Amino acid sequence: MLPEAKIAIPRGEARRLRALRRVNVGDSSYNALLWFFGGSVLVVAGVIVFGLWGTASPAFRATSVLSFITSTNWDPVQESFGALPFIYGTLVTSAIALLLAVPIGVGFAVFLVEMAPSQIRPIVSFPLELLAAIPSVVYGLWGLFVMVPWLRSSVEPLLGSTLGFLPLFRGPPLGLGYLAGGLILVVMILPTIASISIEVLRTVPSSLREAALALGATRWEAIRVASLPYSRTGILGAALLGLGRALGETMAVTMVIGNSPEIHASLFAAGYSLPAVIANEFAEATSTVHTGVLAALALILFGITLLLNSVARLLVRAVTKGYAKAST
Amino acid sequence: MKGYGRRRFVNMAMTAFCGAAVLIALVPLVSVFWLLLAKGFAGLSWSLFTSLPTPVGEPGGGVGNAILGTLFLVGLACVFGLPIGIGTGLFLAERGNGPIGDAVRFVTEVLSGVPSIVIGVVAYGLVVVPMHRFSALAGAVALALLMIPTLARATEEMVRLVPSHLREAALALGVPQWKTSLRVVLRTALSGIVTAILLSVSRAAGETAPLLFTSLNNQYWNFRPDQPTASLTVQIFNYAISPYEDWIQKAWASALVLLLFVSLMNLTSRFLARSRLRGA
Repeated sequence: MLPEAKIAIPRGEARRLRALRRVNVGDSSYNALLWFFGGSVLVVAGVIVFGLWGTASPAFRATSVLSFITSTNWDPVQESFGALPFIYGTLVTSAIALLLAVPIGVGFAVFLVEMAPSQIRPIVSFPLELLAAIPSVVYGLWGLFVMVPWLRSSVEPLLGSTLGFLPLFRGPPLGLGYLAGGLILVVMILPTIASISIEVLRTVPSSLREAALALGATRWEAIRVASLPYSRTGILGAALLGLGRALGETMAVTMVIGNSPEIHASLFAAGYSLPAVIANEFAEATSTVHTGVLAALALILFGITLLLNSVARLLVRAVTKGYAKAST
Repeated sequence: MKGYGRRRFVNMAMTAFCGAAVLIALVPLVSVFWLLLAKGFAGLSWSLFTSLPTPVGEPGGGVGNAILGTLFLVGLACVFGLPIGIGTGLFLAERGNGPIGDAVRFVTEVLSGVPSIVIGVVAYGLVVVPMHRFSALAGAVALALLMIPTLARATEEMVRLVPSHLREAALALGVPQWKTSLRVVLRTALSGIVTAILLSVSRAAGETAPLLFTSLNNQYWNFRPDQPTASLTVQIFNYAISPYEDWIQKAWASALVLLLFVSLMNLTSRFLARSRLRGA
């Protein structure tokens, strides 16, 4: 800034300078407003952690973390809180979901980007968006009245008679259970995995593909040696994001998993998941310890998904920004 | 060296597998829409939209209060969520190139992956506990927390799409920065931001988990933000897991209403996005 007072300023000029300064007031307050909004998201993140911690803290006074995570006995009336059945159910259903949704989702993406004629791409990508937009309670309704009866009457008896020698596929075909929970998650995370894989596959330089084809590779071989290795990191990110969704998905799983706090080896048995128990018991929980324990479960869920999402976002970002080569 | 015939076979098999993956992915979509139309359409009636729920066994009744409740909750959520979400997006686009911008961007991305049920617990701790009652306000806070990250990211993207010569032209004409940003850049990006708003509203309207223990439910009409409020999604959940044929029928009809609303929002936003691209 010039030392203004020392210079004799003509009258008109002074008015102009004042006008300029007024304009700058606008600019600086706009700047402050923008920074306020930017900071507000950080505050929101802090508030989320604070809100969770505050609600969960009575639980940490009542039970030790170790027995909380390792005990299988869940009896809120007796104030006995073992979260293992929920953790187990969440892991099992998410594993089923990933095992099926990753191949299908990546296959979907490969077909769309590498194989399909370009005219049908928009026609197929639109349903994908629609699939992602269906509310989870609607999926739950569909799962409960369409998928579960189908599992009970045809899929589970078939699996039981062919693969029944495995403990995974033993027991009466109930319909409701881990398998139903896992399958509904497949439907729900498929759009996530497929759409991110599509995005990632599109970043593959066509020169790589063309080089493989020029060397005499078939189309699939070109995909296997050129496109898939190049997009490995991004597809891993897509799978992790899908896993994050699967772990936290509440309504649809709650409606089809059977809601019984026990651990079973059979996928046909009724189980429970972390989000489901929060959804079912939170509103009715009467003691602060009970709500605290449920909030602690939410805190576990928050921690896991936070970690998964950070890693996944970093992977996807690295790929779509083009540092892929550095990490593969 | 593998024979050419075998390589061709593998190629065809994998093509078939990928094609099958597309079909498998589309089966649930077709099935969901088909069943909702088939089962829900029969339950649609004027009273579904206008009357209160009836007790078991009593014929008639509807979910009018739940439909209104969802609109009320989403509207209230917009009051909190839109300014913060859009403001953050604007910050990211206009001032977000430094390390702090990167941090804010990363936090919004990570927040968008937090499960909605967790956000429900947060809103419970922040609003329900201090107020000592379940309320529409608590539900709206939960929905707003869910809207902010997606809105922020989408707004940033839309604002960054505005060609820089528009901004430069305005600045060259002596328009101050704030006016350029608000009246040239933001206005150009407006239709894109409206798209983002529609998408986040449709997402919020479909949320159930964070409402279960924040806005709870209500058998009557409610217009007060400090009282429990019915919502379409919670109503569908309660009806779906009930043992009564009549309620299950209502769940299908309500789900159809919800799905139509959500799809309409999605289609509108898609249409807007396309017309914007054509205009640019």
